[in-house]
Amino acid sequence: MTTTSALRRTPRSAKKYARPSTFFTIVGIVALVYFLAPLLWLVLASTKTNSGLFDSFGFALGGKFNLFQNLADVFTRQDGIFGRWLINTVVYAGISGIGACLLATAAGYAFAKYRFPGGRGLFSVVLGAIMIPTTALAIPTFLLFTQAGLTNTPLAVILPSMVNPFGVYLMKVYAEGAVDDSLMEAARIDGASEFRVFWQVSMRLLTPGMITVLLFSLVATWNNYFLPLIMLNNPDLFPLTVGLSQWQSAASAGGGGAQADFTPIITGALVSVIPLIVVFLFLQRYWQSGLATGGVKG
Amino acid sequence: MSETIAATTAARNAKAPRRRRNETKRKQTIAAYAFVIPFLLLFLLMLVVPLVYSGYLSLFRSQLIGGLTFVGLGNFIQAATDPLFLAGVLRMAFFLVVQVPIMLALSLLFALLLDSGRLRFPRLIRLGIFIPYAVPGVVAALMWGYLYGDFGPFSQLAHFLTIPAPNFLGAGTALYSIMNIVTWGWVGYNMIVIYSALRSIPTELYDAAEMDGAGAIRVAWSIKIPAVRPAIILTAIFSVIGTFQLFNEPKLLQSVAPNVIDGAYTPNLYAYTLAFTDHEVNYAAAVSFILGIVIMIVSYVVQLSTQRRERAK
Repeated sequence: MTTTSALRRTPRSAKKYARPSTFFTIVGIVALVYFLAPLLWLVLASTKTNSGLFDSFGFALGGKFNLFQNLADVFTRQDGIFGRWLINTVVYAGISGIGACLLATAAGYAFAKYRFPGGRGLFSVVLGAIMIPTTALAIPTFLLFTQAGLTNTPLAVILPSMVNPFGVYLMKVYAEGAVDDSLMEAARIDGASEFRVFWQVSMRLLTPGMITVLLFSLVATWNNYFLPLIMLNNPDLFPLTVGLSQWQSAASAGGGGAQADFTPIITGALVSVIPLIVVFLFLQRYWQSGLATGGVKG
Repeated sequence: MSETIAATTAARNAKAPRRRRNETKRKQTIAAYAFVIPFLLLFLLMLVVPLVYSGYLSLFRSQLIGGLTFVGLGNFIQAATDPLFLAGVLRMAFFLVVQVPIMLALSLLFALLLDSGRLRFPRLIRLGIFIPYAVPGVVAALMWGYLYGDFGPFSQLAHFLTIPAPNFLGAGTALYSIMNIVTWGWVGYNMIVIYSALRSIPTELYDAAEMDGAGAIRVAWSIKIPAVRPAIILTAIFSVIGTFQLFNEPKLLQSVAPNVIDGAYTPNLYAYTLAFTDHEVNYAAAVSFILGIVIMIVSYVVQLSTQRRERAK
């Protein structure tokens, strides 16, 4: 109930009386500068040559406009390994995101809509697991995967990322609000099996919640560093985060300084953030309403 | 006679639907298990088994002579008296006490401002503050590392003014510089959680108060903030979990400032160093395990203290 009310943009009468305040707007703009300036710097730095980084002011264009050369450098460095990292990241994040979303949706839906022996107990176990820090599990998981011969394979990154207890919680709360019991009952009377009820009736109602869980699982895997760092040591399998950090430590290891080549790392960093920013821009409606689900009842 | 016939037909009529009802109930139970089992199976394999295995590992120690030996709580006692581990935990506790309140206060402030409708360009501001969440922690650390560094704007400005460049990654400043990176990355996410909760408060709640002449700040303090307490608690708990697990930022900045950020700077970095540099896998497992327990306790305390305050009201 709370979820649907959060989803619908309730017309707010208060808005009518509120008048924009110059002071508050200035506060907001100062915040905007703080949050966006580093990204502006990143964009500008990507257009510069390595010496241009040192010779021109960070928040201005300077020297030769070198963006396209930098991009070419990023994608041709070490036989074009950056492109591989980009593809790996998309594959790991995509499969983990879709997997986590489907598993969480089915489980959350069952916990919300069916009463079955052990259901409540299992749900509270899952709820408790939200508190378990994932990195505390990374080292034992690594050791288990070593014994199973799974390290240095994509599965080593994908399998642990598909388990999202918070997603289950989110989908349970969401399903409670979005799927009407009488609708399910009507489908049953029409002779639909439980799976058809889920597939053809409930799924459609659950879609906004599912997209939220998909999005956040996707971001979690896209941004993950610790897990791939310990699981993978073949550079061909690295995601962007691990690859870029290796370039970074290689550049800094030579004592930094002007002779180290920073532009490919900076340009690579820019390339690696663009896809997610685009996704968030296009799916604004979903992540905003979805987060409400967690916040309202959390 | 006719009564008994009526009774038996009634019973028969009643029995058939009941049987059908039992049948549907059984089908529904089977379906429910089928829906939860895929998740639970992976949950068991990827979460429960590693957790138990971690606990098991931490009871042993590998020695040059004799291989793996059972040491009971030996690793735990070692960790509890390990100055490197304790320093890392204390550093994170300090981080928690300083950074998390600042971050959540900013998140709450921006959420309230957005909700008040007194901002111009609210959509732009909301999106702009949120965008850093989409930047991977690794990239954020990398970028801020450059901003803090030789060709960053701060050094350039200092150079222009002919004053010494600030050292953001010195012994006394590195932790605050990391706090800044984390704050930059997470204010937006927390703001959206709180803002979404604010949007779902029924307006009648504060329309009345506004009519009674309560100012915006009073309405925020007495009505809005208490109404979104669950959302604030949620962000606080996630922040506690995130803080103690801090790894990406110090790991990335380590290559820039190796003398300040050592292998035991955060407990998680310490566990990583132990496992992959020192090859003390069992001790690393014990350290991760204890870290997990610390996180659970602190999260629980956060939850408990907020609940008690609620009850006291």
